[in-house]
Order: sequence, then structure tokens, then C-alpha cells
Amino acid sequence: MISWLSAHRRACAGTLARLVRAPLASLFNIAVIGTALALPLGFYVVLANLQGLARDYSPQPQLSVFLAPDATAADARATGDRLKGRSGVTASRFVSRAEALETLKSRTGLADIIAGLPGNPLPDAWVVTAAGADAATLDALRADIRQWPKVAEVHVDSDWARRLDSLLALGRHAVLMLATALAFALVAVTFNTIRLQILTQRDEIEVAKLIGATDGWIRRPFLYFGAVTGAAGGAAAWLMIWGALAIFNGRLQPLSALYGIPLQLNHLNGGDSVAALLFAAVLGWFGAWLSVRRHLGAHDPL
Amino acid sequence: MSHITLSRVSKRYPGGHEALGGVSLDIGSGEMVFITGHSGAGKSTLLKLIAAIERPTAGSVLVNGQNVGTLRARGIPYLRRNFGLVFQDHKLLFDRSVFDNVMLPLEITGFDRREGARRARAALDKVGLLHKEKARPITLSGGEQQRLCIARAIVHRPSILLADEPTGNLDAGYAAEIGELFRDFHQVGVTVVLATHDMQLAARLQPRLIEIRGGRIHHD
Ligand SMILES: Nc1ncnc2c1ncn2[C@@H]1O[C@H](COP(=O)(O)OP(=O)(O)OP(=O)(O)O)[C@@H](O)[C@H]1O
Ligand SMILES: [Mg+2]
Repeated sequence: MISWLSAHRRACAGTLARLVRAPLASLFNIAVIGTALALPLGFYVVLANLQGLARDYSPQPQLSVFLAPDATAADARATGDRLKGRSGVTASRFVSRAEALETLKSRTGLADIIAGLPGNPLPDAWVVTAAGADAATLDALRADIRQWPKVAEVHVDSDWARRLDSLLALGRHAVLMLATALAFALVAVTFNTIRLQILTQRDEIEVAKLIGATDGWIRRPFLYFGAVTGAAGGAAAWLMIWGALAIFNGRLQPLSALYGIPLQLNHLNGGDSVAALLFAAVLGWFGAWLSVRRHLGAHDPL
Repeated sequence: MSHITLSRVSKRYPGGHEALGGVSLDIGSGEMVFITGHSGAGKSTLLKLIAAIERPTAGSVLVNGQNVGTLRARGIPYLRRNFGLVFQDHKLLFDRSVFDNVMLPLEITGFDRREGARRARAALDKVGLLHKEKARPITLSGGEQQRLCIARAIVHRPSILLADEPTGNLDAGYAAEIGELFRDFHQVGVTVVLATHDMQLAARLQPRLIEIRGGRIHHD
């Protein structure tokens, strides 16, 4: 166990030494990987900020639950009780048909026409405030309430949630596609870097094998190198985005003062940052692993 | 515990050339054996078969009772750690210092670094290269490179020393010293197998002499 640990520590130190031995090439590599990662990561940051903004500034979504024309006062009360008990409903307010008619009269200036009607054509209704703002939750709530007895129609008051949702979904898809494409790029970059390293270290690998090195021992530094370059590229991407946000937020400052709302884009939170670094490290490791499999296999048997 | 047995071993290289044909040989633990023969006789091939660097096309090679020719790839590194290998073409690493070249076998086995450094210096001292530990192998003379190769072969205290022309580039004085080194190893129980043309060395050390001619044992 100790010797296993120390072997890994040594491989790690060897990796760093290798990075430092060719500083320009290493920096170049890390910059390439960093740029490749900065694109999807930056996109993701913007998306996350938009999502946050949408959540903060959206009005509470409301549903209008119209009761059947033959619903009695008792039915209305029963529906109200059921609404109170329903999860996902934060508040509900009863609007009687008479009240609705009054509002219509006073607000619209249609008093004369309404007065000419033989009766009140409006149904009783409950106005419900939902807890979740996303389209899926609202749809589920709406579908459920529609099934209830004496409920004629449920109307979701605004479609903005749905529109925003599909926009954000589109954005997420775009990020995912971009990330996939650039993950390939990262893997390819490490694959090639490791290939070149293996080529330049042909002699060392051959001699090490001849005097009893295991495949694991030979592969380990390359795998470490892949993971470390990947993580370093991830860190570079993080820093690039950090810089871009600093500049952008500076520009937003006067605008923010003008409108009196705090407009500011936030960087990835701690968890997401760590996840991004790990992801980059894993991709680098994977590229190195592919390369090592491909190019070290060719040596056997000596 | 370093017994080597070859039974009717043949080696045909790809391309059809038969380097060894039906060689049977038994080298006891702690024995000192010189393999001689004309150039192209198959001396290097014989050593490579023992170290599992080449596989026989027929027959079996046993080291400590283990069939080297059919050893799985995973097992080969552990087999090779029993050997100290001196290559005819040295196989030194020119981008590492002399000291680091000698450290390589210890690094491979995960040897403690401090103790390893001590051993590496002792090995360099034995071959008279301690004062060059920081030099690059490329700056060494042919004889010095050969001695460096020997230092690397002995640093991990192998139980079998396989040396291919270890005195080829050495003047008589150094050859004699290296000869003494091999005698020391032989005396502490290391099995020593040398491929060499150096009959002067053979005369001095009085080893078991095996002559190969055209891939067959001509004289044992
Ligand atoms: N990798 C190889 N591929 C094909 N033929 C080979 C290979 N290695 C050696 N041979 C051939 O096998 C024969 C024996 O070679 P080997 O190297 O064993 O000779 P040797 O006795 O060590 O000669 P020398 O004294 O010149 O080192 C030679 O004819 C050589 O050409
Ligand atoms: Mg030879």
C-alpha cells in the first residue's frame, strides 16, 4: 500500500517534471484545451444566469379553475378545500360569478351590454397560485385539476413559462452538443500529445520493459500527464470565463445603476467548478488512455 | 535458486533464418558460463531466449522451473527482475544522467529512493564511474558506456547476470577489472552467463566454456 502510494506520488512528480521540462509546449497545450473548454463552459454560465434571472423576476404563475355552470356553492367550497390540500398550490382565491361580472363591468366599460344580458353567463372560479414555475409542473397541475368533479376548464394564465422553458431547453441542448464536440477535441488533443511523447520516449519505454517494468508502470505517467493537462486546461477555461465575466460585469454596472436592479453575471458555483475540472481531467485521462492503448500495444512483444 | 534449462531449443527469426537449432543446455544455480562462437553463431539469441526477449520456435526454456517461452505477458516483467542484463548495444538512455540510468531498475520496482541512491552510487563505484554520475552517457567513451551498462545490470542485485559482450570495448586493464567483478558475483552465488569473444578473460576466470557454431552447440 505504501509502495503503491509512493509509486503514484513518484509518477505524479514525474508528470509535473515533464510539464516543466517543456514549458512552452505544455502552456500551448493547456491553452488549446482551455479554449476548447471555455466555449461550452461559458455558454453554460450564461444559461445558468438567464435561468436564475427568469426565476427571480418572473411573476407567480396562476391558473384559473372555472367550475361547471351547474356547480353549487357547496361544490365550490369542496373544490376550494381540495385545492388547499393539493401539493404544488401555494394559494387559492375564490371569484364568484357575480364578482366576476362586477369586475367585468367596472373594468371594461361594457356595463351597458352586460346589463342587457338575460342572465350572468360567467361561471364561478378559483384563481390558483402554483408553487412551480416550469411548464411541466403547471401542465401536471392543470391536467390533474381538470379531472376533478364540477371543474369545467382550467386555464394557465400565461404561456411565458412554457416559452422560456423551451428556450432554455434549446440552450441546454446547444451547450450539450457544443460540449460533446469539444470534449472530442480535448480527447484528440491529449491523444496526439501522448502519441508524440511515446514516440520521443521510445528508447526509455523499450529499455524499461527490457529490465522488468510492468505495463502499468510504463502507462501510469502518461495517464497522469493526460489527467493533469486536462485539469489544467479546465482551470484555464475557468480563468478565461472569470476574466470575461469581470469585464462584462464592469460594463453592466452603469446599466444596472440606471435601472436600479442588480444586473450581474455570476461564475460557476463551487460544485459546478469542481465538476468541470474533474470532467476535464477525466477527458484528458481518457485521451491518454486511448493513446497509450494504441501506441504502447505496438511494442509487444519486444 | 537460479537454474536455467534449455531443451532442444530452436529459434527461427521471421524471414526464415534459423539462429539456433536444437540447443540443449543446463546451467546450474551459481554457475559461471561463457558462451563463445563466431559472429552470428547465435550467442545473443541464446541470451535473449533466456530473458524472454525472444520466444523459442521449438523446445523449452526453463528458468527456476518456469517455462519462459510460454510465460504470459503479465509475468514477463517479474521474470526479468531476476536478471541483470548487459546488452551488446548497451541500451543506455541518453536523455538521463549516468546516475539516473543506474536508478532505472530500482525505480521500476518501486525501491525506496534514498536507499536506491545509495545502491546506485555503490554500483557506479564498483565500475569506476562514480566521478561521472552527473554526466550524460553520450559524453562517455565506449568503454565507460559499457561499464555504465554493467552498473545498471547489477544495481538491483539480480540472481542471474546475463551479459552480452561486456568487455567488447574495454582495454585489457578494464576488461580484467570487469572480469574480477563477474568473479565476485559468481562467488556470492550469482549465476553468471556471458557471451564473449574474449578468450583472455576466459583463460583468467576459468569458467565453463560453451562454444556455439552455426546455431548448434559445438563444444561444452
Ligand atoms: N531480430 C532478428 N531478426 C532476424 N535475424 C536475426 C535477428 N537477430 C539475429 N538474427 C540472426 O540470427 C543469427 C544469430 O544472431 P546473434 O545475434 O544471436 O549472433 P551472435 O552470436 O550474437 O553474433 P555477434 O557475435 O556478432 O554478436 C545471425 O545470423 C543474425 O543475422
Ligand atoms: Mg551478439
